[in-house]
Amino acid sequence: MSTTSSGIRFDSVTVAYDGNVVLDALDLTVGPGEVMALLGPSGSGKTTALRAVAGFVRPASGRVFLGDRDVTDLPPHRRGIGMVVQQYALFPHMRVEDNVAFGLKARKVAKAEIRTRVLEALEMTGMGAYARRHPRELSGGQQQRVAIARALAIRPDVLLLDEPLSALDAQLRSGMLAELARLHRELPDVSILYVTHDQVEALTLADRIAVMDRAKLRACGTPRELYRAPADAFTASFVGGANLLPVTVGDRGVSFGDAEIEVDTGGVARGASATLCVRPHLVGLGDGPNRLTGTVGEIQWRGATHRLYVDVAGHRVMADLRELKAPPAHGESVSLHFAPEDAVLLPAGVGGG
Amino acid sequence: MWTVFFLLFVPLFALPLLVVLGASFATHWSSVLPSGFTTGHYEAATRGEALQALTTSLVTAVSASLVALAAGTWAALAAAALGKRYRKVLDALFVLPVAVPSVVVGLATLVAFSQPPMLLNGTRWIVIIAHAVLVTAFAYQSVSAAITRLDPAYAQAAASLGASPAYVLWRVRLPLLLPSLTAAAGLCFALSMGELSATMMLYPPDWTPLPVLIYAATDRGALFTGSALAVVLMAATLLVLLAVSRIRTRASYR
Repeated sequence: MSTTSSGIRFDSVTVAYDGNVVLDALDLTVGPGEVMALLGPSGSGKTTALRAVAGFVRPASGRVFLGDRDVTDLPPHRRGIGMVVQQYALFPHMRVEDNVAFGLKARKVAKAEIRTRVLEALEMTGMGAYARRHPRELSGGQQQRVAIARALAIRPDVLLLDEPLSALDAQLRSGMLAELARLHRELPDVSILYVTHDQVEALTLADRIAVMDRAKLRACGTPRELYRAPADAFTASFVGGANLLPVTVGDRGVSFGDAEIEVDTGGVARGASATLCVRPHLVGLGDGPNRLTGTVGEIQWRGATHRLYVDVAGHRVMADLRELKAPPAHGESVSLHFAPEDAVLLPAGVGGG
Repeated sequence: MWTVFFLLFVPLFALPLLVVLGASFATHWSSVLPSGFTTGHYEAATRGEALQALTTSLVTAVSASLVALAAGTWAALAAAALGKRYRKVLDALFVLPVAVPSVVVGLATLVAFSQPPMLLNGTRWIVIIAHAVLVTAFAYQSVSAAITRLDPAYAQAAASLGASPAYVLWRVRLPLLLPSLTAAAGLCFALSMGELSATMMLYPPDWTPLPVLIYAATDRGALFTGSALAVVLMAATLLVLLAVSRIRTRASYR
């Protein structure tokens, strides 16, 4: 197979600073042309993983592969990767075109070739009209486009994006998200490792998501798998909001407080305690299957939806409901329900949130 | 706020300089202030021996600053690449010439370069070396402060684009450090222009910097001539600093 020239592979990569393990035996493969999101809270080791690929941190043990090339001992400038960071890091003393040409000049590409590739990269990111400007004359979104153009100009097999949108405001962010998706469609062979703490970015862009927490990989799968059937409570709550209810497994379902809930118990033994995960937007108001009764603890109007916090058997259950004509009052007793197939039973004790 | 500033600034900084300026034009000094008016002292202060001394000072200061800037920058870059412990050692080493009285530095230079094969005693080079040693500390300190402030993201972005460490240094780090480098050069130049105590121990007869001449003039009682020479020294230093600061404003990008 010729596809082995690209892609990223972490082979049990451990990184420690002063004896403090910040990345613990990471095993992960990003296929050629695949977009992998590393999703996790700050301090989860996701940026460290990216920096290990770029060559800015040296693993204490384990190997990093780009394609079939072991790059663990190579300095950053020999790895041939494109990288875009949160604060852009455009060279302030160079014009946009010189920023984009930088990698090509450093690689001693022929002058004529540099010119066409700089133009191409700037056109691709929609920054063709700004070639003669200095970075300080550009807005944040434009600077980020130039940073992406600069990384793409060297035609890398692997693109590393470290929270590339977190310095932008919400509106620009969704625009850039669409841009990144378009760029990936235009460059289907480039593998992308995308570090983010924003689940929307991860769900939108990624072919697969790797969820990280406290230096460890917690789960890895397609956005759909992680969202519909999370493997543990941490993944469930980090990839989209989730109601996590402590339940006891019964014969045909589980019991939560006084309520009997019908759900696929999978292989979990009878009598064991477990966690039931239900997405807030799949919870309905009123009678139905798997009815839960409680009192309204808080109600938030969010324009298109109402979010209800209902206290059921000492736990808060969230429900996102399409805007209600007559929302229940604070302290009112209400019934909630959800379909049996919309709930996922997680073995208890895993993660712990 | 402003009153306090003027109360402190005028008597401490401005008045002495103004008195020197006044004295440089005076013919006699009998009351509180110098009186009489002549430009005669300047005629003496801008020709012959005095002009020679000014050139000597300028050449010494420029050479010493360039040497100090090169050595200080190199050392600061090396210190930044080293671990914390070694950096502390280097920091301490480069503070030495500032901490030790400059008379001692002068004497040390004299002793060190008075024996073959390093026999520089009696030449201009020993003065330039002593000045370079004295001002390198300042160059090292201001460049290392600038390196610490420099965001490592620039160098890392450059490295990820395939630039070797030398290319990164030349095309990214040094250009971004340029404003600090020129500031350091200006500081070194000014310090070297005014250096007297180490110079006194080292200068050969054919390489007399201006501060030595000022000292000699006032020492033999020629206060007005000394004042005129001091004003010339001050003006020359300020002119060069102004020129250097012009480079700095053109080189700052943010």
